Amino acid sequence: MLDCTSKEMKPRTSGGLINPAKTCQPIGAMYAALGIHRCLPHSHGSQGCCSFHRMHLTRHFRDPVMATTSSFTEGSSVFGGGANLKTAIKNIFQVYDPDVIAVHTTCLSETIGDDIPNIVQTAEVPEGKLVIHTNTPSYQGSHITGFSNMTKSMVKYLAEATTPVKKDQVNLIPGFVNPGDMREIKRLVKAMGIESILFPDTSGVVDTPMTGEFTMYPAGGTTIAQLKDTGNSKLTIALGRFASSDAAELLDTKCKVPAIALKTPIGIKATDAFLMALRGSFAQEVPAEIEEERGQLVDIMTDTHFHFHGKRVAIFGDPDIVTGMTEFALSLGMVPVHVLTGTPGGAIGSAVGSFEEDIAGMLAEANITANVKAGGDLFTLHQWIKNQPVDLLIGTTYGKYIARAEDIPFVRAGFPVLDRSVHTYMPLVGYRGAMRLIEMISAALLDRADRDAADEDFELVM
Amino acid sequence: MLESRQEFIATKGKQKKQIKCDADSIAGCVSQRACVYSGARVVLNPVTDAVHLVHGPIGCASYTWDIRGSLSSGSELYRNSFCTDLKEQDVIFGGGKKLASAIDELAAKYHPPVVFVYSTCIVGVIGDDLEAICRAAAIRHGIEVLPVQSSGFIGNKAAGYRAACDTLLRLIEPAQPVWAKKPGSINYLGDFNLAGEAWIIEQYLREIGIDINVVITGDSTYEKLKTAPEASLNIMQCAGSMNYLASKMEEIYGIPYIRISFLGMEDTAASLRQIAAGLGDETAAKKAEQLISREIANTQPLIDRYREKFAGKKAAIYVGGGFKAISLIKQFREIGIEVVMVGTQNGRQEEYDTINDLVDDGTIILDDANPAELERFMLDKGAHLLVGGVKERPLAYKLGIAFIDHNHDRKHPLSGYAGAVNFAQEVNSTLCSPVWDTIRKGGHSEWLKK
Repeated sequence: MLDCTSKEMKPRTSGGLINPAKTCQPIGAMYAALGIHRCLPHSHGSQGCCSFHRMHLTRHFRDPVMATTSSFTEGSSVFGGGANLKTAIKNIFQVYDPDVIAVHTTCLSETIGDDIPNIVQTAEVPEGKLVIHTNTPSYQGSHITGFSNMTKSMVKYLAEATTPVKKDQVNLIPGFVNPGDMREIKRLVKAMGIESILFPDTSGVVDTPMTGEFTMYPAGGTTIAQLKDTGNSKLTIALGRFASSDAAELLDTKCKVPAIALKTPIGIKATDAFLMALRGSFAQEVPAEIEEERGQLVDIMTDTHFHFHGKRVAIFGDPDIVTGMTEFALSLGMVPVHVLTGTPGGAIGSAVGSFEEDIAGMLAEANITANVKAGGDLFTLHQWIKNQPVDLLIGTTYGKYIARAEDIPFVRAGFPVLDRSVHTYMPLVGYRGAMRLIEMISAALLDRADRDAADEDFELVM
Repeated sequence: MLESRQEFIATKGKQKKQIKCDADSIAGCVSQRACVYSGARVVLNPVTDAVHLVHGPIGCASYTWDIRGSLSSGSELYRNSFCTDLKEQDVIFGGGKKLASAIDELAAKYHPPVVFVYSTCIVGVIGDDLEAICRAAAIRHGIEVLPVQSSGFIGNKAAGYRAACDTLLRLIEPAQPVWAKKPGSINYLGDFNLAGEAWIIEQYLREIGIDINVVITGDSTYEKLKTAPEASLNIMQCAGSMNYLASKMEEIYGIPYIRISFLGMEDTAASLRQIAAGLGDETAAKKAEQLISREIANTQPLIDRYREKFAGKKAAIYVGGGFKAISLIKQFREIGIEVVMVGTQNGRQEEYDTINDLVDDGTIILDDANPAELERFMLDKGAHLLVGGVKERPLAYKLGIAFIDHNHDRKHPLSGYAGAVNFAQEVNSTLCSPVWDTIRKGGHSEWLKK
């Protein structure tokens, strides 16, 4: 399929993308909103947006994804979408009865200039029900920006500092990860004996068990009470700066909850940093069961290190995931040759920092020079790989075209993964997640070695 | 349920009412419907050697990247995703320059014979002059650059089909007003070669001595599409998307059209006969009879075996267009499954009339349904199986209802006699899977009560 990708890299000046490595803000906002208990995400725009986002999320999670739309028509785009939104809010509470509607905008309603808070103020909202909103213009950032914006809006609308003394609990913002990761983060914190509020929390929402019934609002999700209480916590840990820092910063300014921004805890270093931050702030010891897990991980890394050493790897996907993945690849002795995200890279000095700087810093420490790019596309990645081949590709499902064209072992990680199942239940974070990653990478590399081995080199024990 | 939704739902036999359809969705519904762009994209996407350039922010391009399983016998260019990736400054100052420069870049890189430029919501609002930009680019590169007026808010998916047909009409217009007709040659409209379905039909027609001039648009190329005016008959499978094109081609090029369907054995046989008759080709008619009796002899015993297995099973249908729903009702009948609910996203009045004539009393018929309605009627009616698209799959599963995809995600061809067997096999592999036992009696639900 990618036969037409040339090795020769001509300058690209149009600013257009070929085979994107990102998608638009609203889907990130929709996913984040699903992580509020009894919340119905609402897409303020044409109905195609809502339909595409639900379809895409459904393909990744393989669970029903509920969301509503303002169903814009030609009239709404001329006269504004206010009337549609008001009708929508009324209908939604009447028919679907959520506790909260989380409205996000689209490129259309942003360009028309609908003033959402103003419209919501004049809408019929039943007693005890809530409408929150976030602005997600699709022509800025990516789905990660949208996730970050909706998470920030949860703080803006709901967080309250009501206690004179902060509670001995931690806010955890997991970023755009799978419910399996969220469960693992909660498990680790619980094992540390620390009270926590994880938000947004899509576990129990898009990984629901089979009961023979369809539940519009499954049991999972961060409750409104918990979201309010985030203002009383004594610390926020933002995991992954691109998806989580903005909300954490706002909690600090709004409710004086200090924030620490850490990497998404993929791999041993980032997980260590996460647990150390918890230990330092809550004076809790890391329990024996977690120490044992860490020891097991180190043991596995020792047992298998020779499979990984010097292997050249290309990593792409969302910035927080790619950052963690790159760090872990380095600690296994692999050589990241190409590192790319589709999300624009942030700016030095902003809360999220700079993707390219972060990655370049890690690589410099390991004396590796590599191609690193934020706001890139998979056409660029493919051309890089043609010029400097790799032994392994790690990324989303869209990497499969490159993996096939160049015959490279491929490990699927991140969002979206559309062609495999179970991945949303299994963590990539924490020590357990790192073990799983080693298993996945080993399987990809060793299956390839088996496939390519001559008869005389084909080995039973590897 | 919303009162305003009542008009869109009917029960056959209960009341003599016409179902309301072809209306805008109600704001605030969990509609399963898509948009104009989506409609235009699915129709044009199978043109294999075209650059499909989405003019807008990234989302519209990424969600439609290679999601339609249209197979190609040649170029794979159409499976790449091209987008102008509009940014804030483009929205403020206009995206025209960026579009022109993106076309230049892609033309230099891929040398495509044609570039389709899809307009998205935002382009409709900021008012980039797509016509002028495309015209200028076409002259610069000596290729065709055709705009597709598919801003999402100007209507529903059906409006997108029409936008795509308008673009196709411009593409097929001959440079010279005089063109030669190829006698006995037909165009096959409204097959997108999902899982290679058009190839099956091409093979049948070749066997009875009829050549397909071009399939619109499954596995088509720029050059093949250019020959479309030379055909003497158009046959049309997916009427929802192609009715407009067929009638326009009749008006402009004097090509008559007939509606056919290759879904199910009954429709396949009828369609082959109709095509031979439509061409007045007696040899073809004779050969068609031979083909039909041979294929029925091969297929019927297999189907009969499934009929026995499926006895007493009930199906629900929720698909995009009315025509597909009609074919599915017939197909279910062939394999002995009763249809208890039929819904479409964008069905038209005459299609709903046909559906109403086809189904048994008590069957629920509904337009633009939301998940809550689908759930209620499937459970009320005791459906064992749902046919639908991506978003309906997990809903059905959660209810313990079997599912087959009759949309973009289908993996096996469902056309012709081979397709009839595949269809029965697909139904079998989900309906008769032991996983449902784990959920139903003595299964998970019992286990939960312990």
